[in-house]
Amino acid sequence: MIQQIVNGILLGGVYALVGVGMSMIFGIVQLTNLAHGEFVILSAYLSTVLCTNLGLHPLLTLIITVPLMFVIGMVLQNLLINRVMARGSEPALLVTFGLSIIIQNTLLLLFSADAQRMVTSFQSLSVDLGPIKLPVLQLLVFGIGLVVVLLLDLFMKKTYLGQSIRATSDDKTAATLMGVNVKHTYGIAMGLAMGTAALAGLCVGMPWTFYPTSGSQYLIIAFGVVVIGGMGSIKGTLVAGLVFGLAQVLGGTNYGMLVSYAVLLIMLIVRPQGLFSK
Amino acid sequence: MSEPILKVEHIQAKYGDFLAVSDASMEVPAQQVVSLIGANGAGKSTMMDCVAGVHTPTSGKVFFKGEDITGLPAHEIVTRGLCLVPQGSRCFVRMSVEDNLIMGSFPKAARAHMKDSLDRVYELFPVLKEKRNDASGSLSGGQRQMVAIGRALMTRPELILFDEISLGLAPTIIKDIYARIKQINQEGMSVVLVEQDVKRSRKASESCFVMLKGRVVLSGPSQELSEEAIKNAYFGI
Repeated sequence: MIQQIVNGILLGGVYALVGVGMSMIFGIVQLTNLAHGEFVILSAYLSTVLCTNLGLHPLLTLIITVPLMFVIGMVLQNLLINRVMARGSEPALLVTFGLSIIIQNTLLLLFSADAQRMVTSFQSLSVDLGPIKLPVLQLLVFGIGLVVVLLLDLFMKKTYLGQSIRATSDDKTAATLMGVNVKHTYGIAMGLAMGTAALAGLCVGMPWTFYPTSGSQYLIIAFGVVVIGGMGSIKGTLVAGLVFGLAQVLGGTNYGMLVSYAVLLIMLIVRPQGLFSK
Repeated sequence: MSEPILKVEHIQAKYGDFLAVSDASMEVPAQQVVSLIGANGAGKSTMMDCVAGVHTPTSGKVFFKGEDITGLPAHEIVTRGLCLVPQGSRCFVRMSVEDNLIMGSFPKAARAHMKDSLDRVYELFPVLKEKRNDASGSLSGGQRQMVAIGRALMTRPELILFDEISLGLAPTIIKDIYARIKQINQEGMSVVLVEQDVKRSRKASESCFVMLKGRVVLSGPSQELSEEAIKNAYFGI
């Protein structure tokens, strides 16, 4: 039982990382990014390619994937999404849906439908702590998730750029009156969200196999995390990730996903605004 | 007389097909308090939005410190030293009072003075210092207006526009806020007061502009315009 709870918590850290980028875009840009799952899987493929072709250690691929995804995010927001958002939120939603289909099929074309996985040297190592075992790989991805979410929260509260992002999500017009360029801010927010997707891609690509179509699976997890945590709340995302991960592990192999979605449904009934939304 | 700090020339502004401002001009002499008076829907807020860059006028010109700023985005206009305190305060409700104020020093030139500006705002509104860690959404209406004023002061403006600052506030709080605005003006800042209350704004300002149905219909030094004349213009009698 203790082992299961530990496993659930470790899984939750990764789920928080998968959800945090989507939550940011929800809260700040007020956009439902249906391509978030594909961004995660795209990053997993990027890391895999860098691993196999350049012989880089999976962790070192982050040096390339995170900045690359950040730039792609900014360009995408500035050239495409900002423009369609001027016509309302539905067109922007459809654009992200279109992007998800394009990415999925491009990956299918380039990598075929075969399962992929990044192999690491510490794949099967684990730390023994008496009654519980901590697999090193799970511990690592949990740690990455935790650190990234906490750093992001700190960035939002302690820097002018972070503050301007929070202000924009509170009141766009008032933020512009303080000198904030809203479109530019949206670009940064999307860049950051894509950066977290790059990290999430590595963190799901090391422990589990993935396919070009795995994006939708992670999109649904991200949705769950965003709803439970409260849209746009970064710390809420962390707690929601843990709740979602725990529910899945405690539900067992057969009913794991069922239990976590039952938790999601109960949340929607009891507290639709999420755990940390005011 | 020296060049006015703000000059609005024959502004016209629309929302879709609706003509909110048809022809409005006004001048604000440096370091003076000017009031813009008018009933609900007269076009006052739209005119201020055009000045601050929140809304783009369909025709006409806005000059600030002699430079044409017509159609510039709001986030650029504020860096030139013109700040609007929008109607209904519009605080960042999920952020603390202090974080709201710190947002005011977002323009690059204001950042270096952040600590000084913050002290000055707390001196002006001591209650904000007490509540600096509270979420601004938990404050009363009057305190939210103080946050909005403080936040605008943090941008270190030369001209500050107050859009219906007294709306929905208790008379004693309005009196207090007006006293602070007078203090701000005496420190050298030019002020535009947008108001529906004829008596109060006439008393607080050096010159008045009265708007009716999207036009400026009367203007002049506050002392020379009688309350009667302003009221007639206000109601279009």
